Amino acid sequence: MSTSSASLAVPSEAPPLFGLVLVGGASRRMGAPKWALNYHGEPQAHQTARLLGAVCERVFLSVRPGPPDAGLPDLPTIPDAVAVRGPSAGILSAMAAYPGAAWLVAACDLPLLDAPTLAALVAGRDPDRLATTYRSSSDGLPEPLCTVWEPHAREPLLAAATAGAPCPRRFLAGADAALLDLARPHALDNANTPGDQAAARAALSARHGPMEKRIRLVHYAVFRDARGRDGETVTTHAETPRDLFDELGFGAACPSPAAWIRVAVNDDFATWDARLTDGDTVVFIAPTAGG
Amino acid sequence: MTVEITPSPINSAACCAALARAAGPAAGGIVTFEGVVRDHSGGRPVLSLEYEAYPALAVREGERILEEARERFAVETVAVVHRTGHLALGETAVWVGVAAAHRGAAFEACRYVIDELKARVPIWKREHYADGPAEWVGVPATGAAP
Repeated sequence: MSTSSASLAVPSEAPPLFGLVLVGGASRRMGAPKWALNYHGEPQAHQTARLLGAVCERVFLSVRPGPPDAGLPDLPTIPDAVAVRGPSAGILSAMAAYPGAAWLVAACDLPLLDAPTLAALVAGRDPDRLATTYRSSSDGLPEPLCTVWEPHAREPLLAAATAGAPCPRRFLAGADAALLDLARPHALDNANTPGDQAAARAALSARHGPMEKRIRLVHYAVFRDARGRDGETVTTHAETPRDLFDELGFGAACPSPAAWIRVAVNDDFATWDARLTDGDTVVFIAPTAGG
Repeated sequence: MTVEITPSPINSAACCAALARAAGPAAGGIVTFEGVVRDHSGGRPVLSLEYEAYPALAVREGERILEEARERFAVETVAVVHRTGHLALGETAVWVGVAAAHRGAAFEACRYVIDELKARVPIWKREHYADGPAEWVGVPATGAAP
């Protein structure tokens, strides 16, 4: 097989790729900042930074000016320093801070974003275009909040934003951007409402199995004797009290607990197949004998 | 309509007086039940009893039982007090009081409350025996327990 110098898609002098996590502001609809929502056993900001860290030389947080939210990942921040609205402000501020870098930008409200999707984006990157991005599986438009922005995109994006067109999606649709198709069509579905959030959790559960959660157990009577303590907090993938019962090793000694043990979740009786969520308190209730 | 879980000794006379006050002059009958610690269980000599409650759920489920009693029977007032901790022989473990216009409803409601309470409310009992180690009552023998 002969070699060909013409087939090299990515020149060796391609600008370094930095990652930018768009932390964003508070979400009234979600009851918490989107970056703090937990789909993977850690806040979305941490999860997104971890994914970017796997394909980028450095990772930064794009934040609003002012004191940072408590609990954000321990990463360098780039406060918005460009007077434009929306996510373009974060992207342009990063470009201004490191003009020689290309930026892989990802928002925190993409709970289905995964490593293969980012790896395919980086592999398909064309540094000669303004950006490399995905085509939305729902409307066919570019997905600006999961995009590699090349350094030379800065001036046209800034010009568009300062001319009153700050929407990066519209900018990309009219720009010289490489558009890739998603191998996982829903990988960039964003979660803006509690309904979206529930759908994302269902999709993740189907993909990976149940997510990790912290459950507080309070033990009474024979269970306290068996565990040797009044209570404990466990980190578990158990989806139901029945899973938890088995995980604690009770199932081997008591294979049919529903016949004689009841279960309480958050101080009321629950069924053995109730769905547990992070932060629940569970009590196993051995046969009672009041009176 | 009260459920109380207490580590203190139960004063049944005071409980009864409070029930009568709460029911008022419409109550023509007051029925009370007291469960006391006896000296034997299943043919074994008992020295003392230990009661342990899951307080939040015991009160919640107890209140449901009292509400059911009020719906089923023509009663004015129903109350339950359950003791926790280590009890000596003869001490009161549970007190149930019902005030109603007529005795029939009072007897039936009192029976209903104590029966449901024993079956449903998360309170556990450990018997201390003269002839062996203490055991939680109702827990199946070795092999089925956790």
